[in-house]
Amino acid sequence: MSYEILGISVLWIFLYGYLIVASIDFGAGFFAFYARLTGNDHLINRLISRYLSPVWEITNVFFVFFFVGLIGFFPDAAHYYGSALLVPGSIAIILLAIRGSFYAFENYGSKKNIVFLFLYGATGLLIPASLSVALVLSEGGFISETNRVVTLDYLALFTSPLAWSIVGLALTSVLFISASFLAFYASRADDKPALELMRGYALFWSTPTIIAAFTSVLYLSQHNNRHFQNMMDLWWLLGLSVFFFLIVLWLLFKGRRYGLAFIGLMLQFLSAFFAYGIGHYPYILDPYITVQGGATQEAMGIALVVVFIAGLLLLIPSLALVFRLFLFDADYVKGKK
Amino acid sequence: MVVDTVLWSRLVTGLTLSFHVIFATIGVAIPLMVAIAEFVGIRKKDNHYTLMAKRWTRGFVISVAVGVVTGTAIALQLALVWPNFMQLAGNVIALPLFMEVFAFFFEAIFLGIYLYTWDRFRNPYLHWLLTVPIVLGAAMSASFITSVNGFMNQPGGFVLEAGQFMAVHPLQAMFNEATPSKVFHVLASAYMTGAALLAGIAAFSILKKGATDYAKKGLKLMMGVLLLFSFLTAIAGDTSAKFLAQHQPEKLAAAEWHFKTEQGADLIFLGWLNAEREIMGALHLPKALSFLAFSDFNAEVTGLDEFPVDEQPPLLVHYLFDAMVGVGFALLALSALFFLLLLWKKRNELNRWMLRAIVFGVPLAFLGVELGWFYAEVGRQPWMIRGYMRVEEAATTSPSIMILFFAFLLLYILLGTMCVFVLRRLFRDNPAEAELEKAAKAKPDSLRSEQAQEEGDPVS
Repeated sequence: MSYEILGISVLWIFLYGYLIVASIDFGAGFFAFYARLTGNDHLINRLISRYLSPVWEITNVFFVFFFVGLIGFFPDAAHYYGSALLVPGSIAIILLAIRGSFYAFENYGSKKNIVFLFLYGATGLLIPASLSVALVLSEGGFISETNRVVTLDYLALFTSPLAWSIVGLALTSVLFISASFLAFYASRADDKPALELMRGYALFWSTPTIIAAFTSVLYLSQHNNRHFQNMMDLWWLLGLSVFFFLIVLWLLFKGRRYGLAFIGLMLQFLSAFFAYGIGHYPYILDPYITVQGGATQEAMGIALVVVFIAGLLLLIPSLALVFRLFLFDADYVKGKK
Repeated sequence: MVVDTVLWSRLVTGLTLSFHVIFATIGVAIPLMVAIAEFVGIRKKDNHYTLMAKRWTRGFVISVAVGVVTGTAIALQLALVWPNFMQLAGNVIALPLFMEVFAFFFEAIFLGIYLYTWDRFRNPYLHWLLTVPIVLGAAMSASFITSVNGFMNQPGGFVLEAGQFMAVHPLQAMFNEATPSKVFHVLASAYMTGAALLAGIAAFSILKKGATDYAKKGLKLMMGVLLLFSFLTAIAGDTSAKFLAQHQPEKLAAAEWHFKTEQGADLIFLGWLNAEREIMGALHLPKALSFLAFSDFNAEVTGLDEFPVDEQPPLLVHYLFDAMVGVGFALLALSALFFLLLLWKKRNELNRWMLRAIVFGVPLAFLGVELGWFYAEVGRQPWMIRGYMRVEEAATTSPSIMILFFAFLLLYILLGTMCVFVLRRLFRDNPAEAELEKAAKAKPDSLRSEQAQEEGDPVS
């Protein structure tokens, strides 16, 4: 395997990791706010903060890691995406900053503050919406370059059905993933009322997620037929994704094996995400950056891969420790520690 | 000076970095102080020190959050505001940037564990051991980022061919000539600033509420650390100046207003320039610059005249440099004086003027850090990558950058205010004395569960 392929695979896996852990976090924000509006906040807010307080920084690092890695492996991405995304990227930074810092502030501040909860909920939806725009741009047709000046066609972007359907998919996925995880976490904590509430949310958001997914693929076929055809060649991966989705739905509906349901959901997104990613190949930004053409020098690529492996050897045991202490330690989950 | 997108780009980045460096410095320094306090607490079996470690950590978590989000901001801004820089340099210097994220990741994981496991280990040293990866992770991430800055000053590890960096050696680029002295200087001054901050807080509490045992212990411990690191910072500053004299003489020459190459160069302190660019009202120390730069009173020091005018840093950096050096020596003198008073039994090291001076040392130390970075960055002008890429070639061309400056300014004002507000409320409503009293009243066993509640479950 060449180092470029290795590089993009590593990055894609990390982006998948971020998709899962960040969705849990972002969705929790929305649910916390929504539960407050409907008077159910006493049921779930404690659960949410018990899981999220120790891990939000780790979630944030996943994102920075992906981002820095992308520029490390594919420096041209800095030129194109950096120039084109100055404004939307800066807005995302500000939203992330508000959310991240309020996380720490509210731990010691007041949970009752409705303004805070609103910001927490709103950023939870706006951040994934703005980040998913980067995926839309990568399909090509929105970014153009003349004389090394890169411009983003905002009108085309805002009137593109593909853009809106991908944003819709991002939002519904966030809520579906988050609700399923929190249902699982509530079941571990033996918290029946929270479990019922989260199970309801998860079931509610499952159907819109799958509808948004099909809509996005449909609009993709109109916008970038090459990518669409590549994905259709990977029909078995997409089929696998639907299969896992049905298992998740069945388990949630029956109300049992929430851990298994969440693993199923992770596999559902894994297969769909990789069908999308492999179909995207060889372009990182259609048509300006390809995996081969945009890759960094070989020496740097290899150095990055070596560091990545060494880093993983360091991080995986540490992460395992975190999970043992906070996620799978039944006493902690139940709030006894 | 023309107000254009390049200037706005510099202002946005300068704004983010000036704000970030406050929290980055705290983020690097406080873990070491916490580790020291917890260790002393276990060794002496003195719960005052343990409480110190706990309280510092609680404050640290708030400030580290601001550090994380502003750090994320600057990581993204590097690509958004300086897309051409990242495209060119990304090929050569991506490695330490990448490793920085790992180091921070490592630190964040163990910080999370440390926070929520105060009472989960029977052997207190096991919990203390968790500070090791935190201190190391913080120091490593500071070192990696500093090496990127070193590369911008002393680019190496590549060959330039047709506008592209070829034949890249990532390790050579990372361990460029500027890295060792810079890392030493950054770490020493960060620890110095952290110690000054905590000593200042202890002194402030003594001034306000009288000398409790808790505050006195904290003050003495941190003044000791301050003495050590202000001394090391002075050595690091000297190392950095010697490095500049050899490898980046225009930066030192601009800072010292050393216009002509000469042997036995004078050191010029303060002063101003008249219309003919002559130095007025400055203090001249004969041959001192030669001595500082090369440890030899008669050594030749390169002057600004050897560089084309459009490659000379602005002369304003002289003031930044002198003020930075002044701050460093003031803190060294402050901590030395404290221990002189302490040893000289007739005098009281806790007299009000001494305490006020220590409190004043807090803004002073942070000012020193800011001045140092301003000198480092402005002193590299007009280069983004010295000798290879000028600042105006690196910047974005989008005019939106101006509006973004104000958006970020607003964001940082908001974050800064919130941070101060939350920290004040956190500590004012819960003074150390009250915590100690509560701990003394409670039985050891119930105390443990009560504290676990407090640490492990911040939501009340």
